[in-house]
This record gives sequence, C-alpha cells and structure tokens, in this order.
Amino acid sequence: MLDTTSAAQHTGATPLLQTVALTKRYGTFLANDKIDLDIRPQEIHALLGENGAGKSTLVKTIYGLIQPSEGEIRWQGRTIVLSGPADARAHGIGMVFQHFSLFDNLTVAENVALGLDGKEAFKDISARLEQVSRTYGLPLDPKREVWQLSVGERQRIEIVRALMQNPQFLILDEPTAVLMPQEADQLFIVLDRLKAEGRAILYISHKLEEVKRLCDTATILRGGRKVETCNPKAETAASLARMMVGGEIKEVKAAASRQITVPRLLVNDLSLAPDDPHGVRLEHISFELRGGEILGIAGVAGNGQDELFAALSGERLAKDPGTIVIDGHAAGHLSITRRRRLGAAFIPEERLGHGTAPRMRLSENALLTGHAIGDMVFHGFVNTAATLKTVDRTTETFDVRKAKRDPEAASLSGGNLQKFIVGREILRGPVVLIVNQPTWGVDAGAAAVIRQSLLDLAAGGAAVLVTSQDLDELAEITDRIAVMFHGRLSVPVPTAEASRETLGLLMGGSSIEAPEAPHATRA
Amino acid sequence: MQLVLEKRAERSTTIALISPLIAIGLTIVTLCVVFAVLGKNPIAALAVYFIDPLTDGYSLQEIAVKATPLVMIAIGLSLCYLANAWNIGAEGQFLIGAVAGSWLAVKTQGTDAGNWVLPAMLALGAVAGALYALIPAICKVRFGASEILTSLMLVYVADLLLDYLVRGPWRDPQGFNFPTTAEFDPVATVPTLIEGGRLHLGSIIALFVVAAGAVLLGRTIKGFEIRVVGAAPRAARFGGFNANQLVLLTFAISGALAGLAGIIEVAGPVGHLQPGISPGYGFTAIIVAFLGRLNPIGILIAGLFLALTFIGGEQAQIAMKIPLDVTKVFQGILLFYVLACDSLILYRFRLISTSPKVQSGAH
Repeated sequence: MLDTTSAAQHTGATPLLQTVALTKRYGTFLANDKIDLDIRPQEIHALLGENGAGKSTLVKTIYGLIQPSEGEIRWQGRTIVLSGPADARAHGIGMVFQHFSLFDNLTVAENVALGLDGKEAFKDISARLEQVSRTYGLPLDPKREVWQLSVGERQRIEIVRALMQNPQFLILDEPTAVLMPQEADQLFIVLDRLKAEGRAILYISHKLEEVKRLCDTATILRGGRKVETCNPKAETAASLARMMVGGEIKEVKAAASRQITVPRLLVNDLSLAPDDPHGVRLEHISFELRGGEILGIAGVAGNGQDELFAALSGERLAKDPGTIVIDGHAAGHLSITRRRRLGAAFIPEERLGHGTAPRMRLSENALLTGHAIGDMVFHGFVNTAATLKTVDRTTETFDVRKAKRDPEAASLSGGNLQKFIVGREILRGPVVLIVNQPTWGVDAGAAAVIRQSLLDLAAGGAAVLVTSQDLDELAEITDRIAVMFHGRLSVPVPTAEASRETLGLLMGGSSIEAPEAPHATRA
Repeated sequence: MQLVLEKRAERSTTIALISPLIAIGLTIVTLCVVFAVLGKNPIAALAVYFIDPLTDGYSLQEIAVKATPLVMIAIGLSLCYLANAWNIGAEGQFLIGAVAGSWLAVKTQGTDAGNWVLPAMLALGAVAGALYALIPAICKVRFGASEILTSLMLVYVADLLLDYLVRGPWRDPQGFNFPTTAEFDPVATVPTLIEGGRLHLGSIIALFVVAAGAVLLGRTIKGFEIRVVGAAPRAARFGGFNANQLVLLTFAISGALAGLAGIIEVAGPVGHLQPGISPGYGFTAIIVAFLGRLNPIGILIAGLFLALTFIGGEQAQIAMKIPLDVTKVFQGILLFYVLACDSLILYRFRLISTSPKVQSGAH
C-alpha cells in the first residue's frame, strides 16, 4: 500500500482534536497538568512518556472514560463534554486498548457485535466485519473462537471493531508491545492507509525507533506535564529518551570478560500438558545454561513462556525428575522451595499477586521466598528482624523508593516494586536465576538498574535465563537467544549472530515446528 | 455530584480498628428502630440489653461462660477464613465434639474411673471435631466440592445424631423419659473456678487458645502461610505454600477447637448431654470472627460482646417481653454492617462532580 500523502500536507488544517490546558487531579496529585495537544487530520501523533507520566490518564480523558478536573476538549474546533466512551465513539473517536477485552469462548463476530453500540443485525455485522477486514488487509475469520487466535489476530479484532465505527480519530495504546516484528510491519501499513484516508491517530509507544519511523509528530509527557511537541524524525532515539526521562539514562555495561563455567541449568526433553484448557502445551524443550551465561528466550506472549516458567520454578511439577537439572541435581519432581534450596531463584512476570502478595508488607514479601533458606525462620518461628534486614538491604542496594520503611507491596510504583523483587532474589546469591519479563512496564531508570544487576549476577558466575518480548533488551544483555513458539523452543543461537529478521521469522514459527507434525493445533 | 468508592493506596489501619465500632453503632441505631416498631422504649430496651448484665456478678460470670465457646470456635474459624476456606459448619463440629466426649462420660458412668476421664473426654471431643471438619475439607480438596455447602449440611447430620443418642441408647434410665443422659460423674465434669459459681476451667482454656492463635498468626511461618494463601493464592504458590494442605490444616484446627468447645460446654455448664446444648454458638462464632477482624485479640473482645447480647436478650425477654429472636436479628444485622464497614478499609468514599449528562456504562 502506498502512502499517497506527504507528512507536510497537514500543516495549516484546523486541528481535528485539541485539548486545552487539560488537567486531571486525584486528591493533591496532578495526573495531568494543563496539557495542550493539537491533533490534525492525516497525522500520526506519538504520545511518549515513562510509566506514570500521565499518558493513560490523557487518552482515557479524550476517550471519555475519565472526566477532566479542568480544561477542555475541542473536537473540530467546538468544545465538547464527553459523558462516556459511547459518547466519544458517537463523535468519531475510537480506541484500541493495550489489554484486550475479548471473550475467549465467543467467536470473532460475536465479540465484535458485543462491542458495537448500534442495533445492527448480527448477519449485517458479520458481513461488514468481513468487508472491513478485507479492505484494510486485516484478515479475520468471523466464525473462529477467540481462544484459538494468536495475540496478533486478537489485536486485529480490536482494531477492526474500532474501524467498524468509522472513527475520524483513533487512539492506539502500545499496539506493538505484543506483536512480533513482521506483524508490527503489517500494522504500520494499515496505519499509513488510515492516515491516507484523512484520519488521525494518537499512538502511544515506548519503542522510540518505531515512533521515529511511523509518526509525524510526537508529544512527550513527564510527571503529568507536557515537555515538548516535536518532529520525531528530526530527533534521535537518545534525545527522545532524554526528554522522557529528563536526564541521561545510565548505560548498561557488561563486564569485560565473563567466565563461562559448568552447566547450572539443564532442561532435557521437557514436555508438559497445560493445566488450563486455554494454556499451551510444552513440547520437547531442551537447553543447557552454564554459569556466567545469560540465555534469552524471545517470542510473542502466550506461546508457552508462562508454562515454561511454571515448570522451571516448580509451581508445576514434571513427571520425570531428570527433565530439569539444577546445579547437578535432578529437580523436575521437586517443589519450588526445594529448588530454591538448590540455589535457584525465580522472578515471575506479574509483580502484584504473583511475585508479591499486594496487601502485605515488604518484610512479609521478603519472607515469601526467603523462608526457603537463610535465617528468616527458626523452628517454625519467623525472625522479623531478618525479614526487615532483607528489606533494608534491598532498598539500599537497588535504590527502592518508598514512603516508609516497610510499606505494603501494592503501594510501590511498578519500577520500585520490580527493583525490590529483583533485589530480594539476587541478594540471596542464586546460582540459577530464571526471570520472566524483567522490565515489563518499568520506567527506563529502573530498567537500567535491573538489567545491570542481571549482568552483574552472571559476571559473578550465576546462570541467568531471561524471557522477554523486548528484543532490544535481549540484544543488550544476553549471550544467546532462543525463540519460543507454540510451546516449542528453537535451538539457541549466539546473540551477536541473531538478526531481527531471523528472530522475527522464528517468532512466527517458520522453522521450529517439526516437519512431520501436521500443526498440532489444540482441538 | 456523585458518591464513589475509591480504592485506597494502602489499607487504612485506623478504619480497620474502628470499623467494628461503626458497625456496632449502626446496629444499635437499627435496633432502636426495631424496638420502636415493637412498641418498646428503645432507651430502656438498650439499657436492659447492654448495661444491666454488666452490673451484677452473676451476669458477668454468665457472660464469660457464654463467651468461652464463642471465642474458641471463632479463633479456629478465623484461621479458615484467613486461608480462604469457608467453614460454616462449626455448629456441627461443636455437637460432634460434645457427643464424642460424652461417650466416654456415659461409658464410665458409675465406675471408679480416675481423674483421667475429663482430659480423655476433651481429647476425644477435639479429635472428633477435627475429623468431622475434615470431611468437607477433603471433599473440597479432592473433588472440588463447595465446603460452604458440605460443612453447613453436616451440621444437621450432627444435630440428628445427637438427638438420636440422647433419645435412644444413651438416655438416662432414671430421666423420666426426658431426652438426656444422666448427670456426668465429678471426674467427667469441668471444674468451676469459683466455689458455687458458674465460671469454669474452660474460660482459662479459651484464653490459652487466644494466646496460641495470636502466636501462630503473628509469629510463625505456618500462620504466614495461612494468611498468604488467603490474601494472594498465586503468590502463595510461588512462595511454595500448598493451598490444599492449608485447607485441611485450618479445617482440622477449627474443627478441633469447635469440638473441644462442645465437650467443655457439655461437661461444664450443662453437665450432661441433651438436645439444645448450643444456642447457635457455631453460627454466632462466625459473627465473632468477623467482628474481631479475624484477629485473636479482637475475637476475644467480640466474643465477650456477643455473649453480652445473649444475656441481654434473655433479660430483655424477662423484663420487657421482647422476643428472644431479637437477639438473632441483632447478630444478623451486626454481621451485615461489619462486612459493609470492612470495605472502607480498602476503599474510601469520595464526592466527585460530574457533568450533568448521564454516565454511559460502556468501557
């Protein structure tokens, strides 16, 4: 598809949507502080900022989900007050959320029908769905049930659903976070086409290269305020990052030489059926991870990464003890506590509710994993002083910012809580660390601290397994990369030799599947 | 303007402490309305309910006697509820404990059995209560059956079993056909603490249970496991805590405590086994557990307070002809308000201004 309009053409047109000194206050906290935003037709406008900069609040206000405390929204020059998302949609404002709101057990067409406001007949909706998806090159089978679809396909449903309302202005919240590179490229073609049709797009992303490539304008938020509106193509990724963070980001440095030593983690032909009907079956996973080495596992979310974490950590047990060997001990049948005693440590993706109990204090959350080893428990009694000491040491070493010495986990920001969790595990001095999405939803400063700590741990002789959807992160810290697809793992390749294209193809499943297996789709 | 419930960043300790007081206040207001509707003077009725029992020694002892089973059962229930295991059948476990302990008392009746009888009865009561509570726990762990239903239904089984025994095999031959066993021998009776008084050793055991509960929950890793498994099940699994095991454990402990309370009640204040040994202790203890914030010290206070309502209710019936059922109404309303007020620990009310337009429900 050709981009028929040039980026410069929109100058001078009346803004399609304006926010004027838009302010949202929660108590004394200013989530948005007098934000002015101009969005013109035929413009892809990036909204950049760290977590907590106020991006979500701003777009939710524009989409009618939040009422502004002060300021106004103008649509085609006229002030509007939105009573809710349905009202926003009626004006021609659409939104695709980062987290999908789809019913797994319903078909594509049923999901779309549920999300539409009008009283259109189901048959007409299905027909229109097929037509819209064909027009925009977003192929979808209306009769498929959602649970059978990949994440990319699910996002397509959300986009098509938004497009079926024929919006003049579309908000996309981190749409490529869940996509593999090729899928992202397809999305960009669709966005260019929407732009060519005269629509405007507000595009939230963390990926600066992507923003430079796609967007005409970028507005940067920091701490609830607008920092700058600029042309991203004229900026470098580094200068954009500086504006987001408000300073230089510490460069992550690998140790000059890391000693690769003995195998610390061995996985031998691990296969495991999922315990939930929509889960992924792990199939014949094998790899070896040595001390001093960082192995990355790339892949689109939902391809078995969570299941692999559960199997490696011992939250789910394998039948054969020999399938998982931790530091020379067969561990497939051992509980997570006994695996910790062998020197393994685990950091799950979900911070609240999995890595920590949200409504419990940090000292109690230190006990959550620390009870396995060390001096926290004596004859069944908890040594509170020892748990508090772990909190203090973690706070100091990892610069965890919190309001008091021992607050509830839920009261920490995402980045600080993640630093606490990473610190809690690393300060125990594990020989094997298995970490899932170490910097997911974490601000750039905290992400740098966390990545550095993983490198330092490996430099100290530990084996580190990092699962991440962020290829840049994996490229930065890993020695070798493997790709997960449909519950299978590709053979790891040295990171230096892995091109984005190869990884992208692997993430699409091009060479992992055994040739004779006729696509073992779940029945 | 619109009134919304907004999530707090951190749980409010102040509200956690005063929420039961707010609930009691609201209950008393509601109760006043009930009294007024019944045509009684609300102030006089409240005085009979809550003040009079505190002014004479007999009633004070009676409060401690009534609070004893309530507190013991509620401590056990609080462990279950903290672990997200819903034992509603403490009443049944109480009765089974009473029956099992009484078996020994009936068997040794009139023999020259020594001082070992009472301790053995208490142990039997506790073990029987624990085993009885394990039935719904095992059904939940093994088959996924709702423990709420199974534990509740087993209450009626226990009730009918007791009824059968005292009307049949264990009936006192000299009892003029009343459905009751003979009075237990002195070696099978819980000793009183004051000569000629009603206060008995069971109250000391209850205090010991409170202390043990406080240590278990506050100081031990098992107590921590119980709290995590209820508060964040996935984090508990990540911590290496076995939820099923904890369901079995908390049910067993709470069954044992209910059973122990049952046999103490029979071998103490009642003195023999008969139907109606419990005015619903097992159910009222649920209210005690929540009113006491699932905290052992809180439960002790809440147990004394609810015991007061039993005594006050009896006195109000005698003095003002207020039906005894008003006590149950009071307890029900109280639980309702306690649970409602508890949401204020994690949420707060806020008035927010909105545009005059109607809010759309879509997201």
